[in-house]
Amino acid sequence: MNFKELAMASNKLASGHRSCAGCGFPSIVRTVMKATKKQIIVSCATGCLEVTTTIYPYTSWLTPFIHNAFENASATISGVEAAYKALKKKGKLRKDVKFLAIGGDGGTYDIGLQSLSGALERGQNFVYLCYDNEAYMNTGVQRSSATPRGANTTTTPAGKASFGKLEWKKELMQIAIAHGINYAAQASPHNLIDLYNKAEKAFNTKGPSILVVLSPCPLGWKSNTNMSVQIAKLAAETNFWPLYEYENGKYVLNYEPAKRKPIIEFFKTQGRFKHLLKNKKLLEEIQGKVDEKWSKLKKLCEEK
Amino acid sequence: MKKNYKQIPIGGMITKAGNSEEYKTGDWKSFKPERDEKKCTNCLICVNYCPENCIKVKNGKLNHFDLDYCKGCGICATECPFKAIVMELDTECEL
Ligand code: SF4
Ligand code: SF4
Repeated sequence: MNFKELAMASNKLASGHRSCAGCGFPSIVRTVMKATKKQIIVSCATGCLEVTTTIYPYTSWLTPFIHNAFENASATISGVEAAYKALKKKGKLRKDVKFLAIGGDGGTYDIGLQSLSGALERGQNFVYLCYDNEAYMNTGVQRSSATPRGANTTTTPAGKASFGKLEWKKELMQIAIAHGINYAAQASPHNLIDLYNKAEKAFNTKGPSILVVLSPCPLGWKSNTNMSVQIAKLAAETNFWPLYEYENGKYVLNYEPAKRKPIIEFFKTQGRFKHLLKNKKLLEEIQGKVDEKWSKLKKLCEEK
Repeated sequence: MKKNYKQIPIGGMITKAGNSEEYKTGDWKSFKPERDEKKCTNCLICVNYCPENCIKVKNGKLNHFDLDYCKGCGICATECPFKAIVMELDTECEL
């Protein structure tokens, strides 16, 4: 796959959707859906993506699409997939169909975690895509368990009494992998070819697979709209968001910065971290955590 | 879009996939992309990064920006490796 081919592949998310200017998820969702030529059925959790692409009487989806509730994108797609299997068995359906459940970090790390866990455990044949913008953006930037420590949100406001969110970000990849699934990948919208390749692998995996993709959000991250892709790139270059995959029991690192940039380079681009820039102690602590997680990941990738 | 009750499908169903194209988001922008065709190599990198899918391709080449949908985010201008796109004030936008 290259950029030219990707640009010309058939698109399944129409224009006229109402996500904010510079939003990260439209190109993520388009790229993922381009990674299979088969019919896709999408179930989507409540969240920015669902809200901005389905404002009545409009829909941006050029493929069958179901919105159910915040917590059950995975349960919904499980039902669809089970029905499909049954119809196929009875010979009433011949077509090959792929199943895609999509949730934001709220619909995945928090509210949809149990239904995702259930679907992964049952070995349901589907791809789960989490576009992670690190807070509840659609309802006005409330913290989620995906919000990183130190980030300013409306429910973890930074000020005299606090430096923003106190807790560390939840490890979704590790949670998903612990279910014994065959394929899990972390990706970023600055490298769409890598994302495409991972989505292709996910669609071709037997059983469940998951894609966790960082999704820059100019509104909640308080960043410039034109910088979304560059910020995602910095996330990888600082090792804040390593690009890696887990395939049949093996970890593979997809990108290693020649010289990892300090985390402050990533923080500088976003207003949600503005108050941290002078907080040396916390910066050091966060840098330590990033480096520690990176060396753990590297060890996993070196295992034979 | 005004419709009387007889024109609304049963159950209020949406009968056309992707009909959000009837909703023009182009009036959100205050800046619009301008491309220097001499600098553009038609790599189509910008096409993939545009969140609105409004950079249109014809015969494998960048054809035009569909300003009916462009929200003026400026991602295309930032991501073009050849600096072929600049964002200019959209003087036609309603204030
Ligand atoms: S990224 Fe730049 S060079 Fe490539 S097609 Fe777009 S405008 Fe042309
Ligand atoms: S400014 Fe943004 S919305 Fe407009 S064409 Fe460029 S990338 Fe697309």
